[in-house]
Amino acid sequence: MTGFVSFFRRLEGPQTVGRGRAFWSLFAVVLLVALAYPLFSDGYTVGNTVYFFVWVFIALSLCLIWGYGGSLSFGQTAFFGIGGYAYGVLTLNFGSAYGFTLVALVVAVAIAALFAVLLGYFMFFGRIAGVFLGIVTLAVTLMLERFMAQTAGPEWHIGSARLNGFNGMSAMPPLTIPWPGEPIVLSADIGLYYFVLGLLVVVYLALRILMNSSFGNVIVAIRENPERAEMLGYDIRKYQLITFVIGAALAGISGVLYTVWGQYITPSSMGMTAAALPLIWVAVGGRSDLTSTVVGTLVVLAAFQALTIYGSQYALVFMGVLLVLTVLIAPNGLVLGLMHWLGRLAVRFKQRAG
Amino acid sequence: MSLLELRELNKHFGGLHVTNAVNLSLEPGEIHCLIGPNGAGKSTLFRLILGEHHPGSGDILFAGENITALKSFARIHRGLSVKFQVPGVFKGLSVRQNLEIALQSRHRGAELEAEIGRLLTFLGLESEQAQMAGNLSHGQKQWLEIGMAISLKPRLLLLDEPTAGMSPEETHMTGEMVQRLNVGGMTVLAIEHDMAFVRQVAQRVTVLHLGQVFAQGSIQEIVADERVAAIYLGQAHA
Repeated sequence: MTGFVSFFRRLEGPQTVGRGRAFWSLFAVVLLVALAYPLFSDGYTVGNTVYFFVWVFIALSLCLIWGYGGSLSFGQTAFFGIGGYAYGVLTLNFGSAYGFTLVALVVAVAIAALFAVLLGYFMFFGRIAGVFLGIVTLAVTLMLERFMAQTAGPEWHIGSARLNGFNGMSAMPPLTIPWPGEPIVLSADIGLYYFVLGLLVVVYLALRILMNSSFGNVIVAIRENPERAEMLGYDIRKYQLITFVIGAALAGISGVLYTVWGQYITPSSMGMTAAALPLIWVAVGGRSDLTSTVVGTLVVLAAFQALTIYGSQYALVFMGVLLVLTVLIAPNGLVLGLMHWLGRLAVRFKQRAG
Repeated sequence: MSLLELRELNKHFGGLHVTNAVNLSLEPGEIHCLIGPNGAGKSTLFRLILGEHHPGSGDILFAGENITALKSFARIHRGLSVKFQVPGVFKGLSVRQNLEIALQSRHRGAELEAEIGRLLTFLGLESEQAQMAGNLSHGQKQWLEIGMAISLKPRLLLLDEPTAGMSPEETHMTGEMVQRLNVGGMTVLAIEHDMAFVRQVAQRVTVLHLGQVFAQGSIQEIVADERVAAIYLGQAHA
């Protein structure tokens, strides 16, 4: 029982912003609004919101590896793509009966994680760090993009699934939950919305617990001073590898859900632009905090989409400007800066009231 | 049996012979100071002992076990611990969290809290526990790192210039801290330039010069040795 309590006590801690009754009340309100929202909206808008949620997982992966771990990975999109393509290949071959799409989701994420074990092993046990880590991971994602882009010919297939080169794969089945009577098909609006929202909440809370645990302590210690961390007896390579693999799995989840949402995946999802955008969401939000990352990503994505609709050619320029502004004004992230400011304000208010 | 034994240790950086056939042995329970002019190879010797550098030839024995091929973290598990020359604290984390990270692999729950409290008192950092470690004064950073290093309950503590940048009072307090640890049974090997500190704590002194053991003995013997004075003066006039 005490173990159970101390487990959940880790929802709060030095590694995550937001604690106490005020924060969790706000969390509950936001969650309730999110749960009720589809009832007051149309399918298209809900589907669009799912699209935003889908990207939050890859943002969280970057938050974990870069923000907490201090290793800038430029290639989270590699795991995104692997997850997406793996889901496509699996479901196009085996269909969606007997809840296989859910199995495919898990297996696809596991494949992305397995690839990260391999890549991460050579990087971290080879002591690649700093900017070189970014270069290697970027090279890997661009290489995967190039490779997939040249798979147009009919000889490029896995089982009955054609890879289709630059056009990518499409028409994979949506997630389907087996149910007595009729299976529940999670089409890309309300059904998928609740599934992704549930997954998001679980992942967010689990990551809060992980980062405030002794494991999280070691991760931030490695970011602050890897040599000191090692000289306290931690095999930092293992910790870095585990973090990298968890991050890859999160990026893989994004990839699978993206594929499920749009029923297609293309090589450009692993390209340069795709690789750069998550860095901007996370940097603007606040890479060293989970909540800031989630909020920042959703806000920037919504702004980006609005801009794409009203002034398409300026949207990417705006993203660049946003990144530069963030670096100049609030290097730790705009949302995180705002949250710290609110925190200080609350303390001052309390002091005055007391 | 010696606690630490270096046998014919060699290390080259290109054509530079930084560690030249060094033989050194530490007896359990002693405070041993390593002195020598800049560039004598003192810090390199530490890095060899810690496994950050690997020797070209020679062996490192710890409590009779050959640890030459072990990784750094594995050597720490055997009972080594270090305070670096430049304070290696986790600057962006609180003082308390710094200590928690050092202690968490040996203690859990209420016991961990108690141990952090005890260490904060020992270091005189109770009122700074919520501070970011990066905001501490230089001397306090040094103490915090010593605290992290000793929290591992090492058999051998390596201190690389523990009093660098400290006032004479702080230096003296650090000396007393080291002596208290030594009474508790900890063997200490310290690199130090501050001769007041060396006089205060050292039971034995080794002088390193151009990568070689130049002289060894009690502090009185070393101070009386004219050759030692010559290499220091030679360095100063160079």
